[in-house]
Parts: sequence; C-alpha cells; structure tokens
Amino acid sequence: MPAPNTFTSSTAAFFGGVKSAVTSVFFLVLMGTYIGIGALAHDFGLASWWLALSSMLIWAAPAQVILISALGAGASLFEVAIAVTLSAIRLFPMVVALLPLLRGQGTRLRDLLLPTHFTSVSMWVESLRLLPAMPQQWRIAFCNGLSVGYMGTAVVFGFAGYYLAAGLPPLFAGTLLFLTPMSFLISTARNAHMMVDRLALVLGLVLGPVLTAMQVQLDLMWTGVVGGTLAYAVHRLREAAR
Amino acid sequence: MNAVMAELWPYLVLVLVGFLPNEIWRLLGLVLARGLNEDSEIVVWSRAVATAILAGVIAKLILFSSGALATIPLPVRVAAAVCGFLAYLVMRRSVFVGVAVGEAALLLGGFLFSH
Repeated sequence: MPAPNTFTSSTAAFFGGVKSAVTSVFFLVLMGTYIGIGALAHDFGLASWWLALSSMLIWAAPAQVILISALGAGASLFEVAIAVTLSAIRLFPMVVALLPLLRGQGTRLRDLLLPTHFTSVSMWVESLRLLPAMPQQWRIAFCNGLSVGYMGTAVVFGFAGYYLAAGLPPLFAGTLLFLTPMSFLISTARNAHMMVDRLALVLGLVLGPVLTAMQVQLDLMWTGVVGGTLAYAVHRLREAAR
Repeated sequence: MNAVMAELWPYLVLVLVGFLPNEIWRLLGLVLARGLNEDSEIVVWSRAVATAILAGVIAKLILFSSGALATIPLPVRVAAAVCGFLAYLVMRRSVFVGVAVGEAALLLGGFLFSH
C-alpha cells in the first residue's frame, strides 16, 4: 500500500490514519492479543471497564499482562509497580526515535503529548514506515488517527475476550486464556533479533517459575534484573572476545 | 464511604501501579528527546531486562495457571506451548501458524485428558 500522502486537511489525515490501522497486519495481532488479555482479566476477577481503561491509559500489552497477572496473584503493589516500570523502559527510546519525525517548525509541546502517550510497538513500527513519505504538516494527525484505530481495536476485542471467557465452557475459556502466553512467547521470540534478547527470553522462562517456586520476594523484578543483566553480560563478553 | 472506596480502589491501583510507572518512560522520552539510538548500551540492557520479565510472566501463566486454564493438565499446557513454538520455527517464523498450532494442540489435549 503506498503511503497516503495527499491529504487536504488534518481531519482527512486523521481518518487516513484510522483506515491505515484497521487494514494493517497489526489489526489481527491486536485482535488476538486483546481477546487473550480480556479472558485473562475476567479470570483474575477484574471488571471489563477496568480492562478498557487500562488499555487506554497503559496502552502497552506486556505491561497490562504483567499488571493483571501480578495483581491477580496477590503480589504487593510495590512489586507490581516495579515490574511494570521495568517492562516499560523500552518505551523511552521509542519515543525518542519517533518525535523527530513529528516535530516541525511551529510544533508545540502539547501537540506532541498525544503521540507520546500513544507510542507502542504497533503504532511505532507503522509510523516509522509510513511517516517519512508524508508531508510534515499531516504527520501528527495521521499518527493520532493510526493510534486511535489501534487503541479502539484493543478496547473492542478486550471486551469480546472478557465476555467470551465468561460465557464459554471451561475447555474453550482455557483455550482463550492460553492465547496470551502462546502469542507473547512467539512474538517475543520473533522480536528477539539479537543473541542478547534470545538469551534473556530463555533465562526469563526459567528464572520466573523457579523464583516463584522458591517463594522469593519481588520475584518478577529479580527475574528481569538477574536474567536481563546475565544476558547482557554474556553479550558484552562475546563482543569483547571478537 | 467505604463502599465508594471499595468501588474506586481497583481504578486507583490501575493509575498508581499501572499507568504512572509505565507512562513515566514515555514522558521522559518527550522531555529528553535527544539522540539515543537503538544500539546504545543502556537500551540493549533495558530491552534484555524487559524481555526477561515478560518471559517470566509467560512461563508462570503456563506453569501456574489459574481458572479455566488450570482445568487442563500441566503436561498438556507445556506440550501445547512447545508444539506451537516448534510450528512457528518450522513454518518460516509465522506467528499466526505458531499460535494456531499451539491452540489446536491445547484444545485436543484438553479434550482428551481434562478432568
């Protein structure tokens, strides 16, 4: 699909973004992901509107899965906050890379607040792909439309998964619940381009359950810090050996 | 008053331990948006930490399942995850095929072995 770069107004650019969202491959990805998260929220006894609000405020599926499963398992609020924030550091370089594409002459800080909040993997990948071919004046509106399209998809299918899990027999509800770990396992492996990421994935898969079984306090935090730092140390050693 | 607090508490928790610890990194990106590329060392480390945490949560969801998923026996859940992952590797790294095969394996195993 060629980049739609012949908009006549900000409104047209916004709806161009919405259209681009619902016709992209991420539409299907978000659909599956949020059906699974909806089932998860139902399983852990959270309200469906709580889930919808979490999709709009947090707008990061990994952080939402961590939040819902940790709260549901009765982790302390401090531990949940640490795990969420450690999972969210990756958003920082994403925003840093995106904003130069949006900022033009006369762009005010407040115009960038929404795109900053909307920054997530789906929107980021599509923005970096589509924005460079677009005149600067339409980029922010397009980016906001794209994000609203994605977020709307997430909210709608979150509700769908929630009520499907509530109404289905256990075997099928279990299958919906399995969507989250299965799809995250594969998409994380797919995003792990460097050896350090693959090693962190394997270490996390092992350390997470082991630390839980040993009833270690703040087990999620230690899984991340120990697993991630070990993987990073191996990466540095290999770099040094070259 | 207590009833109102009990209603609002989950939403307060959402903002305090979900929204704020997540959003802070986006806002830092907005405020400090100056050259930091994908390959810088701190980015590589933080991505490894985030990957390990998410992997830990994935493994816990499969091994220590709750609710409806817990009615499907542990060996079936683990075998289904392995099947899905192998299918992903074999079928030219297709996320869709991997998830579909994993789900089908879970459904079949659950149908045969659930109690």
